[in-house]
This record gives sequence, structure tokens and C-alpha cells, in this order.
Amino acid sequence: MTQANRLSGGQIDHNTALEFTFDGKRYAGHPGDTLASALLANNVRLMGRSFKYHRPRGPLTAGSEEPNAIVELRSGARQEPNTRATTAELFDGLSATSQNRWPSLAFDAMAINDRFSNFLTAGFYYKTFMWPAAFWEKIYEPIIRKAAGLGSLSMQADPDEYDKGFRHCDLLIIGAGPAGLSAALTAGRAGKHVILADEDFRMGGRLNAETFAVADMAGADWATQTVAELSALSNVRLMPRTTVIGAFDHGICGAVERISDHLVTPPKGKPRQILWRIYAAQTLLCAGATERSIAFENNDRPGIMLAASMRAYANRWAATPAPRVAIFTNNDDGHRTACDLHAKGVKIAGVIDIRPDAPRSRDYEVLQGAHVTDTKGRLGLTFVDVRLADGTARTIECGALGVSGGWNPNVHLTCHQRGRPAWNDALAAFAPGGTLPPGMSVAGAANGAFSTHGALKSGADAARKALGLKGRAPALPRAEDAPVAQTPFWYVEGCARAWLDQQNDVTVKDVKLSYQEGFRSVEHLKRYTTLGMATDQGKTSNMGGLAIMAELAGKSIPEVGTTIFRPPYTPTSIGVLAGRMRGKEFHPTRLTPSHYWAEERGAVFVEVGNWLRAQWFPLPGETHWRQSVDREVTATRASVGVCDCTTLGKIDVQGTDAATFLNKVYCNGFAKLAVGKTRYGLMLREDGIAMDDGTAARLAEDQFVVTTTTANAARAYQHMEFVRQCLMPDADVQLISTTEAWAQYAVAGPNSRHLLQKIVDSDYDISNEGFPFMACGNITICSGLRARLFRISFSGELAFEIAVPARYGDALMRRLMAEGEEFDVTPYGTEALGVMRIEKGHAAGNELNGTTTALNLGMGRMVSKAKDSIGSKLSERPGLNEADTLMQVGLRPVNTSDKITAGGHLMRAAGPVDAAHDQGYVTSAAFSPTLGCMIGLGFLKDGGNRHGETLRLVSPVTDLSVAVEVVSAHFVDPEGARVRA
Amino acid sequence: MHDLKPITALGGTTPRVDTVGETTLAEVPDLALASVAARAGREQACAKHLKALIGAQAPSPGKTWQTDHYSAVWMGPDQWMISADFATHEDIAATLKSQLEGIASVTEQTDAWACFDLSGPRVFAVLELLYNINLLQFKTGDATRTSIHHLGCFVICMKPDHMVRILGPRASAGSLHHAITTAMTSAL
Amino acid sequence: MIINHPLLGPRDSAEFVNLGAAELMNRPDPETATPEDWHDYAYLRDNPAGAHRELWFHEGGDRSILIVTRDTTTHEITAVELARNRGQRHDPGK
Repeated sequence: MTQANRLSGGQIDHNTALEFTFDGKRYAGHPGDTLASALLANNVRLMGRSFKYHRPRGPLTAGSEEPNAIVELRSGARQEPNTRATTAELFDGLSATSQNRWPSLAFDAMAINDRFSNFLTAGFYYKTFMWPAAFWEKIYEPIIRKAAGLGSLSMQADPDEYDKGFRHCDLLIIGAGPAGLSAALTAGRAGKHVILADEDFRMGGRLNAETFAVADMAGADWATQTVAELSALSNVRLMPRTTVIGAFDHGICGAVERISDHLVTPPKGKPRQILWRIYAAQTLLCAGATERSIAFENNDRPGIMLAASMRAYANRWAATPAPRVAIFTNNDDGHRTACDLHAKGVKIAGVIDIRPDAPRSRDYEVLQGAHVTDTKGRLGLTFVDVRLADGTARTIECGALGVSGGWNPNVHLTCHQRGRPAWNDALAAFAPGGTLPPGMSVAGAANGAFSTHGALKSGADAARKALGLKGRAPALPRAEDAPVAQTPFWYVEGCARAWLDQQNDVTVKDVKLSYQEGFRSVEHLKRYTTLGMATDQGKTSNMGGLAIMAELAGKSIPEVGTTIFRPPYTPTSIGVLAGRMRGKEFHPTRLTPSHYWAEERGAVFVEVGNWLRAQWFPLPGETHWRQSVDREVTATRASVGVCDCTTLGKIDVQGTDAATFLNKVYCNGFAKLAVGKTRYGLMLREDGIAMDDGTAARLAEDQFVVTTTTANAARAYQHMEFVRQCLMPDADVQLISTTEAWAQYAVAGPNSRHLLQKIVDSDYDISNEGFPFMACGNITICSGLRARLFRISFSGELAFEIAVPARYGDALMRRLMAEGEEFDVTPYGTEALGVMRIEKGHAAGNELNGTTTALNLGMGRMVSKAKDSIGSKLSERPGLNEADTLMQVGLRPVNTSDKITAGGHLMRAAGPVDAAHDQGYVTSAAFSPTLGCMIGLGFLKDGGNRHGETLRLVSPVTDLSVAVEVVSAHFVDPEGARVRA
Repeated sequence: MHDLKPITALGGTTPRVDTVGETTLAEVPDLALASVAARAGREQACAKHLKALIGAQAPSPGKTWQTDHYSAVWMGPDQWMISADFATHEDIAATLKSQLEGIASVTEQTDAWACFDLSGPRVFAVLELLYNINLLQFKTGDATRTSIHHLGCFVICMKPDHMVRILGPRASAGSLHHAITTAMTSAL
Repeated sequence: MIINHPLLGPRDSAEFVNLGAAELMNRPDPETATPEDWHDYAYLRDNPAGAHRELWFHEGGDRSILIVTRDTTTHEITAVELARNRGQRHDPGK
């Protein structure tokens, strides 16, 4: 495990070895390494294969803009595809695998694509897979998907946890390079609440990668010292390993903090990552700049990388891609790389500079006015072909080539609210301009201040300006201030297979083809060639493509335009976007007070909204749910049953105008309801369609307790608040939800009164005379517990609903069971509840389905004409009141063994079965143990006048066709004698 | 005196206590609650009566106060949540109602809520994983209603970074408890 | 987005539910409105590119409904007021 390409120095701990594997082979690196730097130190240049042609590739960069060195990290359920080796922090035990190759990275069978590259040019898919259309889904797409693509998924659930969090600050500084550190010092010393976020695990930005001095010490040391000062300030929060992925409305930024990505597994209970929502009064973008490349023939071989990245590997990570390297540059920055590597003992094979007047060096050869024309080396660079200023050719032997084409400010976050960067002639690059997101400013290299001094100064100035700091600006540490001199040079004449977008395999030739075929606007160029559409969003490639298009069109770059960037800034895991909201934690769970009791009874639960409700209570020996449900229905109708109905929405409506208010929200009247009485109420939407129903119990002249359906509780409350605040702001009415405050149980069946009489205190008369049907009132039970009693019935039996404070709900249920033993009391669940309400013909959610009116529901006469209520006027519309309008009916099979299916449609006994002859549809169906056959509720044209008619219930999807008879929806006790007993 | 045995919001017979490091989450079942909403046009009278009744000015938006027996939290415009010790004030709603007849609408809220006290060092590190309120400005006496994992909750600051009280919907006490304890493990 | 609540200060829009256009507050007078008025009220909405008055219900907060004026092209919010203050005529000193 020798690290042949390891240099001395840098910000790694040479004394500690970390072991890791890449494609199964073991290597060693050091703390402070990235996977890419450790692999380079181990003389591994080949790290991936390209997307389309499967060309061998190595790292192009040393940062998050990396298009090539994309690997899979970890294995098993933690396997993570498409991770950039250039940002993956090395840890002991890291296992990485190359991707998009078969059978191995060195021999990839799909590299055959590269031989057919003439066919696979831009637009290949659009042109080739046009027809026949039916082939696309079954044949073309699966083949293409198999051949293309990057990493693979483990297909297992992610075992790790992710959090979301919220932080506030006066100033969010994005990027901790010289500008960001300088800004943080300025704002932090002024006592402002500062968040300094940086995607790197070591703060300092380019200071860590350069040999410049700052304040007479090494830049990296100044960064370390500054970070130490900042971390001592309680008003400054440092967030390393944190990528700000998006700038959203009103100063809100999204940031992903990688808490445990540098560990083998997260410590128990700790998240892998946190998605922070940062509320920043001001945001300062100090994201630095990205070096740009130069396109030349075969410029994508492993070992060819950006010159400043090569310098970063040498200075920060003490690694060189090869012992002998060359540089190809159009500016002075490339020479810095040569100097620094030379100083570290790396052999400089030559600096190829396009400028005839390029500076010379005593330490190595500078080829002035020269170009790289081609390169060689199948799995890694071996030679570069150079054309010298005098036109002669020369071949240079080297294992790596640093390419420097100048720098582009990192403008990405300035574009997230459709801000468009502006061309800056002095920089020969796009810089932030036009409209920035409100509250955002930009400093340092991101704003074109490329020198260290410029970055320090602009960071401090921008922080002072953003925060409105007064007084004299503090002195800045001394630092280099080299002028910016960027002369654009995008590609070497005559090249064809010269890569612009290395991740999506877009060449100079592809851009030319796009131009020839008329796709000349930037947006068309992108989509036709896929330039900039890979996971790196073209950070290293967009400019080159744009420049070539401009040249072909004979326009300037700003005339051709630029593309803007969308969030996220770098690829973001789906897991962190979901946070804790996955599986059972997707939404909160609501439990009724009798839940634990029901669990003990072995209840089967069903989710209704967020509630868990007992669906039925199986007894030993019952093997099918129908057995349990039939028993619960029969027992309730025969004696007494108890059902938890806590989940119904309960809203306390008080005030002198409470009755007036209810008159407005319900279509039927409430003004005359006597105190101590309950009434069914139907709420309409303003367009006349039924919205929700429930009961309103008048507990006092100025107090009602209103119930809503379980599913619609939040919506109904919202609607009532709208009416109260927006339509009746003068009315004296107050609303508050009391749903969870009370445990409420339906006690139903002929023995329900007998059971309740055993627990209701004797002060309260609940006989039929003393407490008639629809009565309500405050009572006490079990010697003094306050309770509410309502004589209402959903089942059609003599029934009550009794409510006690929720904490006593569990005890009350147990008491009802104990006291009810003599009546064989039976707890029943939502299924039995549903069967009984269908038997009784009560409408529920299936009938109040967002398309039905009061008239459809058989409650047309309930809509009061004596008063105005929400929906009353529009429910009078002719279209809702035609002669053959749908009316609710009951349905039973002519042959009692036949099934009735909800969702089936009704057709005449004879004649065509099609939509034109549709007579109506079935909304609810159940087996009725009371009637001994299936029954249904449905809507039928002119249904009120068609009782006795035989129809066909059809479901063409399931080939169902059953003869059914139209009957009254009230299958059980149509006269209502039982409820009044 | 009735003999029905209460259970806590988390379903236990005794309140639940969880500790992570030096930080403790304690279920608080002994709280009696009632909401008081001024009747239209009686807003000032209501505030005056509340002051006489409870001994302090009705709190302004986003605020809370505490006296010997009562505490109050601003819930909404001209609406407050009054709380007191359950053992002595289980009838809090009836008491307030009798004294605010015609001036305010009073509604019993005791069992609408689950109450948790979160105390110890670095409580704010837990809260920042739970909700979006600006903790830099969350001072003693602040009470805010917001969403924690989709649950509408009140968070009351007793001592910045050291003690908060969280009231959440009782039926979701389990989900809320899970959210807070996982955040404690994550943050501390 | 952040909505500057008149009583509670800046709050995340995630705490709110959008209830639609503020014109919903202008319910026709049932005594005098024509069927066309009702039709307009129930079904017709402006969809401006620019300033738009809309209702936001503070469901995760104090349950106030706010009238928020928001530029639909930039999300800039220029005015926020309590819906219940519109037309309220009670004398709070009574």
C-alpha cells in the first residue's frame, strides 16, 4: 500500500493511515484526504466511465463541480450512487466502487459505443427512435436505460435517518474562502448573528489550496486562525460540510449539512444529514469561482485536469496525479500550478501557453504560443501532442496535464429566482448582475474579485453594507493582489472530439452539429446536445459550449445569452428532502382515548385521516372479518353495542349570534332549536353542493356543540372560520375545536338506556319522557364526573352518545363493558357502524362525494327558503333541479345471493349498457345481517318515483351484471320507531 | 367523588419522563385548561375582568404570563388559554364561565392538549429541529403557536435555552413525543 | 415565503393555508343579487400577473385569516391585514 504520488506537507495527517477500498482493491490514505486525493496519491487516475461513450475518465476537478470521478460509496442498503470522489471525505473503512462500466473499470464492454460515436452524436435518440411509436416504451427505452445512466440503487430502504431543522440569522454567508471569512469576521465582531456555511469539511476555500501569504503567514494558517476566532464568538455559527442548495423566497435558503457522511455509519440516533431551512435577513454569496477548461482533441483522458485543481491536490492534499506533469494554459494562473508543483518536487514536463509573450521560468520549459493538439494513453494520459509557435509538432511525455482557461464566478445561487448573470468584459466571464434575490449580495471571486486581497476586501465591504455597519472599516490583512487578466480561449482549432461536457459526453463537434441543424438558442442547444444537463449542471462546461455557439453565430457571448441555474446547487439525496416524514412518520397518528383498551381486545384498526379507528373486534374462532362485523351488528340491534366516535370533529360555537351563525353555515334552520335539543345539519358549499354534515346540540341559548365528519373536520372548521371572519365579522360568535378534549362513545341498541342508567347519576332522568329523541345536556356519571349526553342515532336504534373528558375515556369504556355484561354488551367498529348506517339509509362520505346536492340526498326540502345560507341561492339553479335529477335510493338484489358492488352503474332492465343510457350509480354496499343479503345505497335518476323498479347493476370492468330492485333507502325501521323508543 | 381512573395523554397511569444527556422531557398531566374568548364588543371588559380574576394583564400577541395560581397564553385575537393546577382547578372552565358570563365565551380545553416540559442545557438545539420560530428572539414570556411535524402546538419559553413547555394535540401525544425524543437524541 | 402577520410578525407561509382570492369576501347581497352575480362570485376569478389579493388562514398559528397582497410574478408581499377588521363596526370599548 504505497502512496507513490504522495508529496510532503499539505493539510493531511501523514502520521495516521486510513484504509479504504476502491473496486475491491485496498489502499491507504490520511485524515484530511478526499477519496479522489487518496486515489491520486496511490497513482490511481482512472475513476469512472463517461455516460454515453463509456470513455475512461479521471477527476477533472478537486471540488463539487466534478463531472467525471463519480462513484458509488458504501455497500448494501447504504450504497449511495453518483457520489463525487472529489468531495467524499476519506474515512477508515470507506468502500467505493466505480460505476457505469461492465465488467470492470479497466475493461468496459460498453466502450464499444465510443467506436460508433459518429452515430451517437447529438440528437441521435431523437432521430433514431422516432418510429414505430409503439416500440418506444417496450423496446427502445429499456435498452437505452440499460446502456446509459450512472450508478445503481441498492433497492433497499435507507437505514439511516435524516432531520430537518430551522435556523435564523442576520447574515448568512455562503462559502468560507477569503471573502466569506473576511465577511464573517466583520459581521461577527460587530455582534451580528452570523451563519457561515461551507460545503467543504475544512473551511478556508482556495486559501487551503494556495501558497499565498495572508497577514504574513500561510493562507491556510490564516484561515485556521480566523476559523478559531469565529468559533469563539457565540453569535457566529460555523456550518462546515454544509451546502446551501437553494435561495428561495424572502431570504429563505435551503442547506444540507452532512453530519455523518464522513463516518462508516451514523452514531445511533444521529442523522446522516440535516436539511436546514435558514431564515436570513441578509445573504452574502461568497461561493468563489470555478476554473474553466480548454477543449482540445481527446482532452478527457484520466490525468487531464484543471490546473488549479492539480495545484489544490498538491498544496492541500500532498498528492500529484503523476510524477511528471505538463500544463496547458492561456493565463498566468496555470504558471502558479507549475511553480507550486515544481516546489513540491514534481517534474514539470513543460508549460504550454497559447500566449506568445507568456512569462518564462528558470525551473521548467515554457512553450510560448503553443497548443495541445491531441493526447494519448488508453486508460490514462501518457503523451500530449503539441503544436509549437513555429508550426512544428512536439510530443511531451507526462502522466498528467493541468489545463487552465481562466475562471468563472459561481453565480448559481443568484439565479434561483430567475436572476440572469451579466457578461463582464473585464473578466471575460458572466458575473452576478441584474436582479439578485432580495436580500442577497455577492462578494469575492463569485463577484469577480479574483485576487486574495480583492476577496478579503469585498467580503468585509459587502458584510458592512448588508448589515448597515457604520464607522471606519477595519484594516485588512495583507495579501496578494494580482490583476485579473483573462483572455478568452475556448478550444483549439481543428479539434472534433474535444470534450466540453465530460459528464454528458458533449463535444465541440456536437455543438457545431446543433448549430447546423438550427438549434441555436442556448435553451435549444442544451436540450439538443444535453450540454449542462448532467448532475453537475454544466459547472465546467456551459461557458465553453456557449462560446463556441457564439463564434459559429458570429455573435458575442452575451448576445447568445446564458442559461440560468436551478436549485439544488449540487445533487441532493431524496432522503434528506423527506427528513423524518417517511413510513409511519409520514404524518402524525391520532389515537382515541379507548385505543389502548381496543388494542387489548385485539381490535383491527383502520386509518381514517390521521386517526386509527377500531374497524372490528374479532373474537376467538372468527376467521373472516365478516363474521366479526355481522356479529357486532346483530348484537347491537338485539341488545346494546358501544362504538368510539371520538374522532368526529367537535366545534364549540358560542356567542349571542351563535344561532345566526349556524343559520348561515347550515342550509337548514337553527334559530328556533330549543336549548337541550340537537338537530341534524347539512353544510353546503356556495355552489350548492353538499360539503359536510353533522349535528348541532344547543347546550345554552348562546352555546352549541357542532359535530363534523371525521374526515372533513379540519375543512369544516376552516370553512366556519371563513364565514365568521370574512362574511360575518360583526357577529358575536366564537369558535374553538374541542375534538380531542372529549372522549365520545355511541351506545346503541334497545338496551342502551338500561346500560346508561347504571352509570348516569340519578339526578338525571334519561327516560324517554325525561330525555327524548334528539335531547342533549350536561350530566354527571359515576358519582360526579362531568359528562355530556346526546340522544342521537346513526345506527337507527335507540341510541345515545356520551362524552367525558378524554383522560377518563379509557375508564369509561371499561366501565361500560363491565356494567354491560348483563346485556352482553358488544363493542363495534367502523365496519359495523357502516353496515348499520347503510341499513338505516344515512348518507356518509360516499354519498357526500363532492358532486351531490341536498336534493340528490333526499334532503331538498331541508334547504330553508326562509333565510339565506351558504349555498342556498346556487342550489336553486335549474341545472341542479331537473325533473330526472339523481335521487338517493336503496338497492337490493333480486336474487338474494347476488352481490352489490359500490361503484357499479345502474342500467334499465333491458337495453344498451353504455354511458348514454346510464341511470345512476351505487355509492355504498354492504352485507346486511339484518336482511340476510347484500344491500346498497345509490343515486338514481328520478329515484324517488321509481321504488319497485328492477334495474341492472353493471360493472363492465368486472363483467358484473346483477338484477336489483329499487327500494327505500331506509331498510331498517323506516318509521323511526326504534330511535324514539 | 367518581371512581373513574384517568390515563395520561401517552396512555400511562403515571407521567412519562425521558432523559437524553442532561435534558429531560416530562409529560405534564396535572394541568387544567380553558379558553377564554371575548364576546364581540366586550374585548376591554373581558381583559379587565381577566386581570381582576387572575391578577395580571391579559397577555398580548405571542406572549404568556404566570401568577401564583394561573397562567395565560395568547391564543388569537381577544382569545386566551388559561391554565391552573388540575388537582385544585379541574373545574376551571365552570369557574371562569360563571365569572365571565356575557363577557367571554369559555370552553373547557383540559383534555384537548398533551403537555410536555423540556428542560436542561441546550434545549434550543432540540427545538431548532422541530419548528421554525426564531429562537434568537425567543425570550422568557414568549408563547408561540406553530406546527411541529404537522401538529399545531403552543411552545412557551420559561427560560431561554433551558426550559420550554410544549402543548400539542392530545390525540397525537405519541407522535409529538416521538418527534421530540428523536430530536433530543439527534441534537444532544 | 414569509408572511408578515399584523399581530405576530414574520411567519413562514408553511403555517398558513391559502383559501383563495380575497374577492370571496364580497359575497353578493342575497336580497338584491342576480343569478349572474352569484355565478360571478362562485366561479369567476381574476388570475393577474402582478398584485393579487388573497386569503391566508393561519391554521398553524392564531387562526386569523389574513388578506395578503402578493405579486404573483415575484412573490413580493406588499400588504397584509386581518380579514376580520374589514367592516367590523363594534365599539371594543363597550
